[in-house]
This record gives sequence, structure tokens and C-alpha cells, in this order.
Amino acid sequence: MGAKTSAAINDPFLGGDISLASLLEIADLQVQFFTSEGIVRAVDGISYTVDAGETVAIVGESGSGKSVSALSILRLIPDPPGRIMGGKIIFDGQDLLGLDEEGIRKVRGRDIGMVFQEPMTSLNPVLSIGRQLTETLEQHLGTNREDSQTRAVELLGLVGISEPQRRLRQYPHHLSGGMRQRVMIAMSLACNPKLIIADEPTTALDVTIQAQILELMKDLTRRLGVALIIITHNLGVVARYADRVNVMYAGRIVESGVSADIYHRPRHPYTRGLLKSVPRLDQPRGERLIPIVGHPPDMTQLGAGCAFLPRCPYAVDRCQHERPDLELVDDGHSSACWQRDELDKGAAA
Amino acid sequence: MPEPQTAEPLLQVRDLKMYFPVTDGMLVQRTIAHVKAVDGISFDIMPGETLGLVGESGCGKSTTGRCILQLEKPTAGQILYHGADLNRMGRAELAAMRRKIQVIFQDPFSSLNPRMKIGDIIGEPLAVHGIEPNSADRAKRIAELLTVCGLSPKMADRYPHEMSGGQRQRVGIARALSMKPEFIICDEAVSALDVSIQAQVINLLEDLREEFDLTYLFIAHDLSVVRHLCHRVAVMYLGKIVELAPCDELFDNPLHPYTQALLNAVPVPDPTIEAGRKHHLVKGEVPSPMNPPSGCVFHPRCPVAVENCSGPVPELREMRPGHWVACGEVS
Repeated sequence: MGAKTSAAINDPFLGGDISLASLLEIADLQVQFFTSEGIVRAVDGISYTVDAGETVAIVGESGSGKSVSALSILRLIPDPPGRIMGGKIIFDGQDLLGLDEEGIRKVRGRDIGMVFQEPMTSLNPVLSIGRQLTETLEQHLGTNREDSQTRAVELLGLVGISEPQRRLRQYPHHLSGGMRQRVMIAMSLACNPKLIIADEPTTALDVTIQAQILELMKDLTRRLGVALIIITHNLGVVARYADRVNVMYAGRIVESGVSADIYHRPRHPYTRGLLKSVPRLDQPRGERLIPIVGHPPDMTQLGAGCAFLPRCPYAVDRCQHERPDLELVDDGHSSACWQRDELDKGAAA
Repeated sequence: MPEPQTAEPLLQVRDLKMYFPVTDGMLVQRTIAHVKAVDGISFDIMPGETLGLVGESGCGKSTTGRCILQLEKPTAGQILYHGADLNRMGRAELAAMRRKIQVIFQDPFSSLNPRMKIGDIIGEPLAVHGIEPNSADRAKRIAELLTVCGLSPKMADRYPHEMSGGQRQRVGIARALSMKPEFIICDEAVSALDVSIQAQVINLLEDLREEFDLTYLFIAHDLSVVRHLCHRVAVMYLGKIVELAPCDELFDNPLHPYTQALLNAVPVPDPTIEAGRKHHLVKGEVPSPMNPPSGCVFHPRCPVAVENCSGPVPELREMRPGHWVACGEVS
């Protein structure tokens, strides 16, 4: 670990005081997948922190490693083909990567809740809603039948499900997509977690239902003081709900900062490109979209330079040979780009 | 056949209904109900126009597209293409018409045969319809189509799994173009693509529209993409068109409460604007199309509903030039 630790110390988020206060601290996390095509560095040395009660978004496109990085926190990466190769995940003072299987099971669903994209596949189809909720409570907190029943009713009420008594006896297939996602949220909240990881929680839902679910999650996490990691590709969702944003590209965080900085003064060409390529309802109808040229890299063929180089309009010679690290450009705002200072000059986006 | 003049609509949909039977019983199947996927909709599309069809899942927008393509046999209504009713055409006539009407599907993974080379995927319709029976001519045409869609002609020898999602969607577009169509139905054609790739494909669709004078029916749930691409937009809810207007008019001045709710629910990629925006959440969920509410289908969720809304079904009324709304409370 010698060389990797020194890389981690350079990381802007790991300065003394901040890491002490953080609920979750991820340092130099490496996750690789061993495929027939070669080794994929799905997560290639990412570091970030999540403070108690805050909402952090991880944004990126398919294959950028955003889901893998979040699933790694609970060690949910299927092995094989995947493996966590190195790094630290310190949650509430304990290193999750050092725990045995029994230890991590106690964290999953109790201290850290999860909400997945497709609630139909993450709920058990042959158990009633009530049983799935009370099982969590009985397993993790040792609550007795009667108390967990009462708590289950309370939880369904909390997530806005009417007639909770009746719903407890129903099965997942009785519910609509939005209702199932509410049940998932109720389950993730059951044991009063400190952190919820939501992986594309509304991608499968319609826009009016998406708005309902996101408002609910925002309201509950604020009210109950739960921290939230939300993984999404939707830049609008991030803008509305996140305090801080990590932008991922090809397994690395390329830009990180508070939402306002990321959206108004992006300091990485990829972030800039993303923001320019989406049509927006709040602006006059543009003549033409400005897409990012090319396509995402083959993750088995990454070279020594910056992974974004073939698509980057700001590239210089250096980008071919040296991969830029994530470095501070401003208070709490960092970018992994050799042109990070140049980008600031023509910034007013 | 009438002259395709600019004043003549290319496509006229009249009171289209598509009811799917719901059956029960193991040996003797009885129809116990109908899902009214599309329940009496009418619209026109002019040559060169792009009409957006938006709405949430289950509103009937894709079924409408499938009826136009004759992939479903509509329960009732007319689909007039250049004035001729597609529902009443014989096989030969329909086959000729099918060349004029093409489709681009959402999922480029499942709409391309994984065991065929890209060149064969694009070339097959050319052979089937006898357009390029000679294989050398066909290869030339395939190379041309790939180039038009921003792909290298060398891609003809590849298989779909060797391509990225964006490239596959370009193949789907090339296949649709191979028939030199007039009219293309884009059914969620950019929805499955990543943001950076989506913009490339949107630009390609715009370029092709220009170059080949194409008319599009653009079916999508992403309102910002629809606003960018379309000339007119129809909003569907539970099998009905609730609002139909020129694009800017619809987005600047939405009149139907459902359209307003839909627009309000879309988050804007700007944290400063989002922090200052008021969000009026629409309550409840879309009811089952098997048993739609009486009167206005939106009334149980509508913030401005009055008692009368559960009574007679509101008709589309023209509130401003070209701006049609099916709501009794709009004046």
C-alpha cells in the first residue's frame, strides 16, 4: 500500500480536520473486474467524503464506475469477476474493507440503507411487504413481532403510503413502480441508518412520480438527518437535490465540488461538455446542441494519459503521457485536468 | 392518390382507438375487460413537420406509433397516409407503403440481430424490397448510408456487440434510411443513450431531416428533447390527447393542468434556478387504463378539478390559433 497511501495524502478531501468529522471517507478505492477482454479498472483510485446529513451526488455515464464505487461501500461487488483491490472505506470510524462477512452484514441495511433502481427486482416477490419490513427490524435490531409490526406501519406512513395496515399484507406485484420505490425507501429507513445509498432511484419512474419520490427522499433525509449518496446520470436531478457533486469518467472522479461551482464554473472539459450537450427547458430553444465528440473509452485499453483526451477540445501535449490527479482549484472545488486554470478564464458558462 | 402538396397533411389520424382485450379462464378464454391503450385520438402531420408525442408510460404514445406502422390492428379509427387508409389496404399496397414509413426503436441492443453483420442488417431491407438486387450496388449503398449516419464504411463487417450504444443507434437510423422513407417514427429513439451521445444522435436526426426532407413522429418522454426537436407537440394522458400546440406555444404557455404538472416536474440542470423554483407535485399515480376515471381522465389528480370534471368528457377546444386543449376549466 506504500505508494498508494502517499497518493491519498495529496487528495484535497483528506486534510486532517475534515476527515475526522466525516461520516464516510473513501480513500484511493480501487475496484477491478477480470473479464475475458482483459482487466477493467472500473474504479481507479477514487477518494471522497460524505458528511453527516449531507447529500452527495455521483454523476457519470454508463460504465463510468459510479454504481460500482457505491456498491463497493457495502462490498456488494460480485466476486468473481469483480474485486476490491485496494483503498480504504471508513464509515463512522470503522474500516468496512477490514470487516469479516458477518461484520459487513450488520452494517448493510442497518447503518447504511440502500435504494436501487428497479424496485421490482430488489424486493422479494414471495414475501409480503410487511414481512420484508419486519424481517429487517427483527434481524438487525432484535425487535419482537408486535413492535416491528407497529414500526412497519409507522414507516409506510412516513413514506406516504395510504392504508398502511392493508398494504402490509400485499405483495410487491400488487404495487405500482412508484409505490414499490416508496417501500424500498421505507426499508432503507427501517433501522434509522446514518447513510442511504440510492443508485439511480428514479430512473425507471415517470417524471411526475420521479418528482414525488425525490421530494420524499429529500424531505426524509433532511428531517431525519440521514446522509445520502445519490447516483444518477440526470443533471437536473443533481441540480435540484445535491449539496455536493462528484463527476466520474472512466473510473475516476474528474471534478468535485459544491453544486453551484460545478454548474456555474465547471473546471473540467467533460463536465463542461455534459452541461452544454443537454437541451434545457429554462433556456430559449437553441439552434443546435453541442455534443461531446467521440464515444466513451474502452475500459480495457486505457493508456497512461488522460482518459478523456480523445474527446477533449482543450487537450495539450502533456495530456497524452501524464494522467492529471484531482487537485484543488478553489475552496472545496477540485478538477483532474492539466488545463484546469485555463478553463477558468473563459468560464462564465 | 392526392398530390402531396404542402397544404395536404402527410398523415391524418382520425379517432384512433386501440383496445386490448383482457382475458380470463384457462381453457375457455373470456374477455373480461379492455385496456383502452389509445382511446379516440386525432391529429395531422404535415410534410416536413416533426410532431412530438409525449406522455408517461402507459399513456398510449408507443401504441399509437405501432398502429400507424400497422404492427397493431386498431380497434377503430382511420390512419390516412397521403389520404389513403392504411387500415384498409391489401398486402401488396401495404408493402409498398411500408417502404415510405420507417421506424427507429429505443433500444439499439434488442432491435439489431446480434448474429448479423452491420452491413447485412442495413442491406437486408434493400434486398427484400428488391431495391438493390445486385450485391455490389448494395455494398456501395450500405457504405453510403453508414457515411451519412456518421459511421465508417468499414463498420459493415462488424457485429452489433462490437459497437457502442450510440453507434448501434446510428445503425438503426441507417437501416431506416435505406428505404428512402418520407416518414420516420422515432419511438424513444434517444432515450437509452448517454447524455453526451444523445446530443450527437439528436443532431444527426436534425441533419437528416434537412437533407432528405423527412417527416418525423417523435415519441418520447423527455420533454426537453421534444422541445428541441419538434415543431408541434401532442401531450397524451391515459389514451387521450389532452393538449396539442405548436412547440413554443406549448412550452411557454401550457394550458392543460397535466401539461403544467409535467413541465413543473422536470428538474432544470441549474442549482440556482432549482433553489428558487416552487414545486407543485401532482398527487397520486396514473390510474389503470382498464378502468379509467369518468369524465376527464386526469380529474382525480388534477389540482383545479371541479365537480363537473367527472361528468362529460372534455373535448379538444382551440383556445388560441393551433393550440388545442381538452379541459373544461381553461378559458
